[in-house]
Amino acid sequence: MKILGSEITPYKTYLNRRKFIKGSLASAMLATVTSSAFANHDSDLSIYTKNLNENDKLNSYEEITTYNNFYEFGTHKKHPHLNSGNFKPRPWTIKIDGLVKKPQTFDLEKILSNVTIEDRVYRLRCVEAWSMVIPWQGFQLSELIKMAEPLSSAKYVQFVTVFRPEEMPGQQKRTIIWPYREGLRMDEAMNPLTILATGLYGHEMPNQNGAPIRLVVPWKYGFKSIKSIVEIRFLDTQPETSWETLAPWEYGFYANVNPNVNHPRWSQGTERRIGEFKRRETLMFNGYEEEVAHLYKDLDLTKFY
Amino acid sequence: MFSTRNFNRSKPVLFILILFPSLLWAQQFVTGNLGVNPIEKLMDELGLMALRLIILTLMITTLSNIKSLKSIVVLRRMIGLFAFYYVCLHFSTYIVLDHFLDMQFIIQDIIKRPFITFGFISFLFLIPLASTSTNNMIKRLGFKLWKKIHYLIYPVAILASMHFYVLVRADKTEPVIYMGIIILLLLHRIFKRLTRPQLAQ
Repeated sequence: MKILGSEITPYKTYLNRRKFIKGSLASAMLATVTSSAFANHDSDLSIYTKNLNENDKLNSYEEITTYNNFYEFGTHKKHPHLNSGNFKPRPWTIKIDGLVKKPQTFDLEKILSNVTIEDRVYRLRCVEAWSMVIPWQGFQLSELIKMAEPLSSAKYVQFVTVFRPEEMPGQQKRTIIWPYREGLRMDEAMNPLTILATGLYGHEMPNQNGAPIRLVVPWKYGFKSIKSIVEIRFLDTQPETSWETLAPWEYGFYANVNPNVNHPRWSQGTERRIGEFKRRETLMFNGYEEEVAHLYKDLDLTKFY
Repeated sequence: MFSTRNFNRSKPVLFILILFPSLLWAQQFVTGNLGVNPIEKLMDELGLMALRLIILTLMITTLSNIKSLKSIVVLRRMIGLFAFYYVCLHFSTYIVLDHFLDMQFIIQDIIKRPFITFGFISFLFLIPLASTSTNNMIKRLGFKLWKKIHYLIYPVAILASMHFYVLVRADKTEPVIYMGIIILLLLHRIFKRLTRPQLAQ
């Protein structure tokens, strides 16, 4: 098997990872996943493939880390991979504020020592009509929300990406209004499918995929899954989100994957799974209908797209 | 002073230079070296090349106003036909590779999505230009009518740049540069028009 240069882990990073995992990822399961994954992260795929749907196949580490939409590092798909080398994901803190018992700033290490890291293999469907299957490691957002102790008046959660133009060259241009912001309704945020991911394929989250911690909401278009989060705010009104602010006629707050509601630029009926030649049908809620459809039973999805 | 002969002599080199990218992309596509999403990449490269060649034909006309470059106009037909060649490849990539000849879907796509509508009309307008490109056709139509037909290059260029502009999600710098160049070239022609009748009288 061909091993790409990008797949070889430098020794220093390896040591740091070991330390990081020892210190923060107490989960015994992940420890085995990661240690076997270091040398060649996809040598034992059975760890992830057992979570796969019969129609799905994992995308490769190379596909997942060289084809990204992360405009903080540039607007081309290859830019995040090429331009994210100077980004420093450690040390990292997340500020919790808004409608909470006590606003505070958590060290990422502290958060990680209080949660259970698990493997989640999810389909990711981009609004541009391509998709991938990605083996994430992370924990349920609900666990962090419990730590944050929101007030009962909190109905929405807003997320903010880090703003570091000197490390994120894309932020030196005003392509969108920085910092990137996203949001979820509280029940969406509490749904067990919603995770904060800290790794993929048993590796620490690569910079180009949203290091060190990012949201993953698998039934929504990819742009909802905000990367490199530094602030989480609890609100009683629907928060502004970046793409909706930029082009409200194209992007809505909900952004649920929906083959029946078309986007002015991309038909959402079909998608290209990266690595496949022929397009496939897009599934309602990206195939997570059973888990999330009840959240929207009173919502007109053509109006609230 | 560059003579017609100079420009005619450069044609074979130019021919190979402009043809080469399409051969390279085809080779990369077949060997799996066009990145993670090769169909999208192929379509983007072909489309961008077509737009650049369309703009180049407009530029050649403008450049031919400079006395010493008057004969450059002999290159225009070849570049125009190459623009059509790249548009055809771009369009067939969309039809065949991207949508697997799903005509019902494609028709809906052309009607419903403005950027595809722009691109499609631009393609349609190029067909009469390409098919009347021979000396024989110029003779049969008469130069006046032929010239009128070839004014279609203006809507072609504008629609093609709009097709690109609408496609880009956020950083519109590149399509805006192309639009800017097209507008400048058109303004120059309008300016020329407005100053010419006085001379004629």
